[in-house]
Amino acid sequence: MPKLLIEKNVPGSNAFALPPCDLNMSPLEDSIPSQFLRQDAPRIPELSEVEAVRHYTELSHRAYGVDDGLYPLGSCTMKYNPKINEWAARLPGFAHVHPYQPARTVQGCLQLMSETEKMLCEIAGMDRFTLQPAAGAHGEMTGAMIIKAYHTHHQDHKRTKMLIPDSAHGTNPATTNVVGYKVVELKSNADGLIDLDDLRAKMDDEVAGLMLTNPNTLGLFEKDIDEIAKIVHGGGGLLYYDGANLNAIMGVARPGDMGFDIVHVNLHKTFSTPHGGGGPGSGPVGVKAFLADYLPMPLIKKEGEEYSLDYDRPLSIGRVRSFYGNFGVIVKAYAYILALGSEGIRDACEQAVLNANYLRIKLRDDYHIPFDRLCKHEFVATSRKQMEESHISTLDIAKRLMDYGYHPPTVYFPLIVKEALMVEPTETESRERLDDFIAAMQNIAQESRKTPDIVLSAPHSTVIKRIDEVQAARNPIVRW
Amino acid sequence: MRYTPNSATVVRKMLQDIGLGSMAELYADIPDALKLSRPLQLGDGLTEMSLRGHLKTMAARNISVEDMPCFLGAGAYDHYIPAVLEQMLQRSEFYTAYTPYQPEISQGILQSIFEYQSLICELTGMEVANASMYDGASALAEAGIIACSVTRKLRVIVSETIHPEYLQTMKTYAKSGHMEIVTAPAKDGVTDAEALLPLIDGQIAALVVQQPNFFGNLEEIGRLEQAVHAQKGMLIMAVDPISLGILKSPAEWGVDIVAGEGQSLGNPLSFGGPYLGFMAVSEKNMRKMPGRIVGQSLDSDGKRSFVLTLQAREQHIRREKANSNICSNEALNALTASIYLTVIGPQGLRKIALRSHQLALYARDNLLKRGFKIKYDQPFFREFIVSCPDPAAINEKLLQHGIIGGYELQDGLMLAFTEKRTQSEIDRLIAVLGGELHA
Ligand SMILES: Cc1ncc(COP(=O)(O)O)c(C=O)c1O
Repeated sequence: MPKLLIEKNVPGSNAFALPPCDLNMSPLEDSIPSQFLRQDAPRIPELSEVEAVRHYTELSHRAYGVDDGLYPLGSCTMKYNPKINEWAARLPGFAHVHPYQPARTVQGCLQLMSETEKMLCEIAGMDRFTLQPAAGAHGEMTGAMIIKAYHTHHQDHKRTKMLIPDSAHGTNPATTNVVGYKVVELKSNADGLIDLDDLRAKMDDEVAGLMLTNPNTLGLFEKDIDEIAKIVHGGGGLLYYDGANLNAIMGVARPGDMGFDIVHVNLHKTFSTPHGGGGPGSGPVGVKAFLADYLPMPLIKKEGEEYSLDYDRPLSIGRVRSFYGNFGVIVKAYAYILALGSEGIRDACEQAVLNANYLRIKLRDDYHIPFDRLCKHEFVATSRKQMEESHISTLDIAKRLMDYGYHPPTVYFPLIVKEALMVEPTETESRERLDDFIAAMQNIAQESRKTPDIVLSAPHSTVIKRIDEVQAARNPIVRW
Repeated sequence: MRYTPNSATVVRKMLQDIGLGSMAELYADIPDALKLSRPLQLGDGLTEMSLRGHLKTMAARNISVEDMPCFLGAGAYDHYIPAVLEQMLQRSEFYTAYTPYQPEISQGILQSIFEYQSLICELTGMEVANASMYDGASALAEAGIIACSVTRKLRVIVSETIHPEYLQTMKTYAKSGHMEIVTAPAKDGVTDAEALLPLIDGQIAALVVQQPNFFGNLEEIGRLEQAVHAQKGMLIMAVDPISLGILKSPAEWGVDIVAGEGQSLGNPLSFGGPYLGFMAVSEKNMRKMPGRIVGQSLDSDGKRSFVLTLQAREQHIRREKANSNICSNEALNALTASIYLTVIGPQGLRKIALRSHQLALYARDNLLKRGFKIKYDQPFFREFIVSCPDPAAINEKLLQHGIIGGYELQDGLMLAFTEKRTQSEIDRLIAVLGGELHA
């Protein structure tokens, strides 16, 4: 069990120093009155450099990333993160540039952002993008704010509701609340798609818009999207595309061509930027031309060969954060799109869909797959068989997968499927890797029948066993 | 360049294996009318070698703070980043992982977040910190929303001495109707207490101040804190974590919610992001805090272990009842902050804060000696404003002399000093400024 940093505190061991400097200084109290000064130093642990390095190295040994193996975490698109992109974001001309430097000293940064915007427009079929939002949910908020600004600008003050499918990711309803709209939930039909009759019944002049993921969170393409768009637009609403699943259609179809007015894309999913153990991400938002005036400011402007920041946007919803976006993440996405090019983008998409269908078909004998038909980049299985046979839950299967050396799929989401196991292999897994994973899943299915205890008490090979999560929440210890 | 491992032959076999004749059949469920009838126009893919050349050329079109000394601050600071950081952050078990949903396989990430939360608590004096927010601006906006939710009131009074982009961000978030922003004026570079105090009444949800404020000056919080708490409002403070090496902690000021920008803790300037929003509260508001929180627990063998906790606050559980929609955050930047604090240690933090302050004093004293005017006569930390009529022209002149100047205000140039600056750089700055300014 690794010690905490604070337990490694050795006074006098830290040798960090600043270069000598012969400023002739008077006491601090002469320049800062004592009521502003700290009396007790913060209790930061003191470690030598080598011990600091060992501490974090030890922690890294207790973590699992895409570089360690298959990471089929559905909805998160855990694809390989190309190493050249890491190099690129660390170039001093990108990494060590201050956001307020004069425009003429940051032409490369602005050009990179402008070109990224253009490429995202082409991929999503939109007219303009802001790169400001820091993640998908932040993009959703930005997009929903744009919807609000649009209706307000058109004196349409009645619209207070947002339609959200019952299969939606939690951020969609949460975003709706965060921007001050009410959620009206849309039912999924027996095919796992939006129930058009339910949509017709709920679409009225109080509805501001519909937020939709396509393919949806079951990995199924909403084939009636044309009709959905007609119903929403016919009722005066706007159509929002949650781009978490763009990997499934990029190069093949575009949200902008399906009638979506606003999209966000997740650079940390579709465009290969690493997930960082939880972030940073980046959630650019694209709109059709008629909504461009509402985008957050500033946008990037190009006049002749000169790039600049355009703050003169009176209808803009304003800022959603400081500066211009998670630039370091944007650099990596830009490099990725350039590396792949038109063909590579489509190839990535196709192989992601192929890998998902390959897994789905190979697993269907052992696992219940509620919507067992052509899927896109991911599919949802369940533990129904194992539950019936031996009371083995999705969580048990997830835990057992770790013993086989895998990060488990997303579990218990989407909510409309009981005991969901959401599997997204991504395009960067080889057939050998997929076959190994299939074998592991088959083994677990067999164990569930023959030796269920080994599954129920999994994991066995991880650094810790299952945790008492209830106790953690009831009696929170959240700091040393 | 492609990153897909399966060859065309393997792909064909896989298709066959699942009973498909071509890739096109994988999209049979998308109506033809919706399919893109042409290839995307993104050009041909680049080889890694060509890509490298292209990116290098593009990066070279920027001037970086490695090329020239930088006196810009205003919310993003050019502090020294120890070499350990770059190495440790390239450990791909950290950066290619995602949110530690599965604790047994993610103890390293969970422990690093637990330690980060602890370090933020130590710096701020608060009881609970979350695993990170997007940046200082959005963290502050969410802090305002929390205060409205806790107090069941809407009015958030924001001092005009906070970073203007933080204020703009708060105003955007306020369009939700979940809070109302009222601004309080500045006077002499600090919050105008005389103008503010009458605004604090029974309607107040929170007062938002920044310490040191946007102009670099220190805010006298005492009277404000008493007035806000007398009306059962909350005090929200944005702080710069480096300043906490010498300055009083938010907890000592009686703050209820701390939200701020943690870029200065080892995160590169990176043209404005990704940075680190941090947030910390007192224990009684723990369940109102947005974002991930890691807690300590025991596994079934009784071993100390870490897990995401209090998830009932979050979007994936509460859905439309959640106060925040945050999901992905800035975990790697939080890890950066932890590693940074570990490497510099407690004395290092104090030394960095002190040196930054002392260099700023040195610059101010020498500017004064040369007849320049300093706009505000207030105690400051590492940033101040030198008065001048045309800051843009001065910045241009500085650039020609190989110096990245300051932040341009209407009638002044705001200069920031970190421990990276040297006396000779400051002497050079003043020499270039010289003559031009003392009109
Ligand atoms: C379908 C869907 N929508 C939205 C999000 C939120 O994205 P982010 O975590 O980048 O905020 C996710 C993230 O997992 C998602 O899967």
